[in-house]
Amino acid sequence: MRVMTTIQKGLLTAFMVMIGLVLLFPIMITFTNSLMAGQELRINYGVIGKLTDVTSTGAETFINLKWLPDKVTLEQYGELLVHSPYYLLLFWNSVGLVVPIIIGQTVVAALAAYAFAKLKFRGRDSLFLVYLLTMLMPFQVTLVPNYIMADKLGLLHTSGAVILPGVFAAFGVFMLRQFMLHIPYAYIEAAKIDGAGHLRTFLTVILPMVKPGLAALVILLFVDNWNMVEQPLIFIDNPMKQPLSVFLSRLSGEWDTVFAASMLYMSPMVLLFLYAETYFIEGVQLSGIKG
Amino acid sequence: MMKKWGIFRAPIGLTRWMRRDAAAAWLFLAPSAAGFATFYLIPYVMGLMYSFMSSTTGGRFAGLANYRELLASSSFRKAAYNTFYFSAVSVPLMLALSLGLALLLNRPIYLRKWLRTSYVLPLVVPVASVIIIWQMMFDWNGALNYVLSWSGIKRVDWMKTDAARNVILAVYLWKNVGYNVILFLAGLQQIPKDYYETAQIEGAGRFRQFFGITLVYLTTTTFFVVIMSIINSFKVFRETYLMAGDYPHASIYMLQHYMNNMFVSLDIQKLTAAAALMVCGIMIIVLGLFRLEYRYRQFME
Repeated sequence: MRVMTTIQKGLLTAFMVMIGLVLLFPIMITFTNSLMAGQELRINYGVIGKLTDVTSTGAETFINLKWLPDKVTLEQYGELLVHSPYYLLLFWNSVGLVVPIIIGQTVVAALAAYAFAKLKFRGRDSLFLVYLLTMLMPFQVTLVPNYIMADKLGLLHTSGAVILPGVFAAFGVFMLRQFMLHIPYAYIEAAKIDGAGHLRTFLTVILPMVKPGLAALVILLFVDNWNMVEQPLIFIDNPMKQPLSVFLSRLSGEWDTVFAASMLYMSPMVLLFLYAETYFIEGVQLSGIKG
Repeated sequence: MMKKWGIFRAPIGLTRWMRRDAAAAWLFLAPSAAGFATFYLIPYVMGLMYSFMSSTTGGRFAGLANYRELLASSSFRKAAYNTFYFSAVSVPLMLALSLGLALLLNRPIYLRKWLRTSYVLPLVVPVASVIIIWQMMFDWNGALNYVLSWSGIKRVDWMKTDAARNVILAVYLWKNVGYNVILFLAGLQQIPKDYYETAQIEGAGRFRQFFGITLVYLTTTTFFVVIMSIINSFKVFRETYLMAGDYPHASIYMLQHYMNNMFVSLDIQKLTAAAALMVCGIMIIVLGLFRLEYRYRQFME
């Protein structure tokens, strides 16, 4: 690589920072506007959704995009947490869908990944290919059969219709297999010589070695499922049982709470990501490159 | 030599005692396989069967009637065209953009770690949280039209004209570019540095180095990025749906909208036929890419 001068480095850095700011813009503006009073937001953004070009005084109407509030206030958060009990209820619904999926899929996938990565059985590679292919399909292609299946199992209109397919999704198997492929067979053989069965080997040798993989999987599953929209829309018809994601999209125009609601909804993800970024990046990279 | 992507590669060093352990393998696999069969495998097979039946309950075998009806439907053709068009435009654009950013981020610039973090952050932001921001940007009275008005450009009704395609494209790039950047970065970091040094000594210019070393060594990564970008281009349905509802402007009416709406109107025959066609389409593209990658790798070696 050519050596760069300090000026070149500085210019390139400035360019990259600008792109970074563009990418961060929606997050930052959500944050600053969540500290704005509803009244101020209504004045600034009230024209959204109206098909008018000019005001009564003849001036052109546009929203007044504002970075910083005139007065910093926690009014929106207060309104949301104190006066909108359903917000917390729906937040709790999201948690209630995501946590069982994460725990379930991690356990089920770790077991299966061991079989795919370290044991030999007839049809292994073809079965794995089938797992992989389902990972690539959009949710809608199995809408009807899934609906019928949920109906037959008595899961329809319960959170089980969303949780169970989530638990058995192929992604976790795929990712943990990638991590386990790296474990040398010598470890397994050593355990075998010590008289350990497969279960002991799995619990005491394999699992401790794929801890980073488990952490990465938990984060990726959290991100993906916290974002869930389609499944609850179809399978849970009671609006009070749906997760926040579905509800939030209907909030535009509710200036007293909308930015605080968005902020609270994204903050668990953002904080978790900043806390465990290394695992997240390693998980993403390992699912793609090495193996 | 180039590292294999390795999804289909059998683990190395299998010893004989393992072969006797097929029973153990199935025990480990049992919970996953049972659930996977119930919620994925059997539904796919059922869906395929329904697509040839006149009705889901007690229907007769209808041959290709459902497919004929589906292909005659103009809203299906529109949706299929839009979905294909969006992927065909967005994936190459995404590839170029994320590779460019990864190359720049791989230079010894300042704040690298911070920059990487800020590029990836959009990926973890839930779609629903930023819908309000997109509305503020792309509304008739929104920020983008305001900026355009400075230079005297007439307002565009972003969500209700063909321009909606560009909005969805921007949202897609915003959300997914960081993901591909970190994939490319990992690929770039696996290229041995001395290859460039040797090339430089031999007098290879910047472009020769880029095409002769960088791109060649990024082949496997690129294939993976392409596949993931195609999948993610389908996922942009979430944004489209949350921004524009069941019936968005015709230019962004995707196959997923079509399937959702067929579901709501209980037109199960068309839905299952459309689903079967989409699965086939994705399988052809993905398996084709795998084959292409395999050929290319053999050719390189």
